[in-house]
Amino acid sequence: MDTPNEQSGYAGPVLFYNEEVIDHFTNPRNVGELPEEETDGFGLVGDPSCGDQMKLWISVKSERIEKIAFKSFGCPGAIATSSMLTALAKGKSIEEARRISDDDVVEALGGIPERKKHCSLLGVLALQAAIKDWEKRRAAGKEEGK
Amino acid sequence: MIYLDYNATTPLDSRVFEAMAPYMKERWGNPSSPYSFGNEARIAVEKARRSVARQLGCKPPEVIFTSCGTEADNLAVRGVANALRHRGNHIVTTAVEHHAVLNTCRALENQGYRVSYVPVESDGAVRIGNVEKNLSPDTILITIMHANNETGVIQPVEEIAALARKRKIVFHTDAVQTAGKSLSPSCELGADLISFSAHKFYGPKGAGGLFVRQGTPLDPLLTGGPHERNLRAGTENVAAIVGLSEALALASESAGSESGRLQKLRDRFETRIKSAVPRVKINGASAPRVPNTSSLTFDSVDGESIVLGLDLRGIYVSTGSACSTGDPAPSHVLLAMGLSPKEAQGSIRISLGKHVREEDIDTVVQALTDTVTRLRGISSIETTRVPSS
Repeated sequence: MDTPNEQSGYAGPVLFYNEEVIDHFTNPRNVGELPEEETDGFGLVGDPSCGDQMKLWISVKSERIEKIAFKSFGCPGAIATSSMLTALAKGKSIEEARRISDDDVVEALGGIPERKKHCSLLGVLALQAAIKDWEKRRAAGKEEGK
Repeated sequence: MIYLDYNATTPLDSRVFEAMAPYMKERWGNPSSPYSFGNEARIAVEKARRSVARQLGCKPPEVIFTSCGTEADNLAVRGVANALRHRGNHIVTTAVEHHAVLNTCRALENQGYRVSYVPVESDGAVRIGNVEKNLSPDTILITIMHANNETGVIQPVEEIAALARKRKIVFHTDAVQTAGKSLSPSCELGADLISFSAHKFYGPKGAGGLFVRQGTPLDPLLTGGPHERNLRAGTENVAAIVGLSEALALASESAGSESGRLQKLRDRFETRIKSAVPRVKINGASAPRVPNTSSLTFDSVDGESIVLGLDLRGIYVSTGSACSTGDPAPSHVLLAMGLSPKEAQGSIRISLGKHVREEDIDTVVQALTDTVTRLRGISSIETTRVPSS
């Protein structure tokens, strides 16, 4: 399929997403929720009253993301980038996961239409929020253990 | 493929194409040329004008051909604003107009005109009292659409026309969604200016028109030669004009029966989707609507994701109006009807036309049900539990 010229300012209804993006939209990876007992960190970003929203759960073992799950309200770009973000983060150490950027997500998808690039930030922010939550819970846990 | 976006555009009727072809292939002369070869083209343009005038119930010189509906809207709104600047600077319109009118009004605001955007009720229709309330002694133009492109809601244009006449204010109506269809406007509607566009009724793109009631003050947008009674300079797009007139004539032959058929299909669609999918709302359902349009809001999902989900199954529907798709801003029409931005974001439009069959409707209901169910399964708004941290 021809890709529309971004310079022309034209973007069709489906914005001519590439096959990889369509695949992550159609078959999103790691979609769902983790049960409370497996959740070590949770992130919620976005505001559904004015745009996209994402929830992300992580289960951490030995400072490594063992399980990850997400749910997303938003456009195909938001769903596909959320899915790819979880695919990239799964199995990574917390330190590696923390360094995943929106550009990494877009690159892994082989590109996304210009005006949808902001979507890729949603997943990154959700992951960072979940990692922060994990740190907070861990600190609280150590506190309790004393 | 199943195409359900007839409010965006329609396929060219092959009979229209046949009528147009000679004016691109053999009779390509300039209608303004002073010899018989040019005159063949002139005859075609004026025959088309008489035919369109017959459909509109007006005199042939009251029909001005333009390049599209947007140009007709611009000619009407800017043309009256410029011509009557000495008399006043106030324009009354609604919050739900097509961008061709809305953004033209906004541009005029930058030039010093004052514009009142009359709100609509939650059913999508304006109340005549609210229009009247906004009139002032310096109001020079009322511009209110006939039927809305996103919801199909019909505005009370006859009443507005009567009000405008009583107050001696020029009244324009954008009839792009009704011309050549069941509610096809005529000059009896009472409007001084009526815009229409050929590609919405199986005619070619690049062909629009404006009914201009005799005596209506109007300045041209394009100046140049004396074409179109000095109201629209530029060599006539002969083939497109012939196509417009042929399409309008054909449409009027079938409009009555087609309208009943489309209404049945739309009702079937709405009844079935409401019983198949929980938490769906039909926008504008309590107002009079044109029979082919359905605007739906699905809770907790995004309209663009629905459009793509259906697209992948060969079904073509739209989020809002075609021009604003891809624009992250939610529909101004749905917001004006009181929907929240989240609800507007979860909305799609289907619009039916002559190639849609009953079995297509059933296929679409199934595909739409599957798509919405899948997206709700992914949707973060559907989660029941937010872990405590």
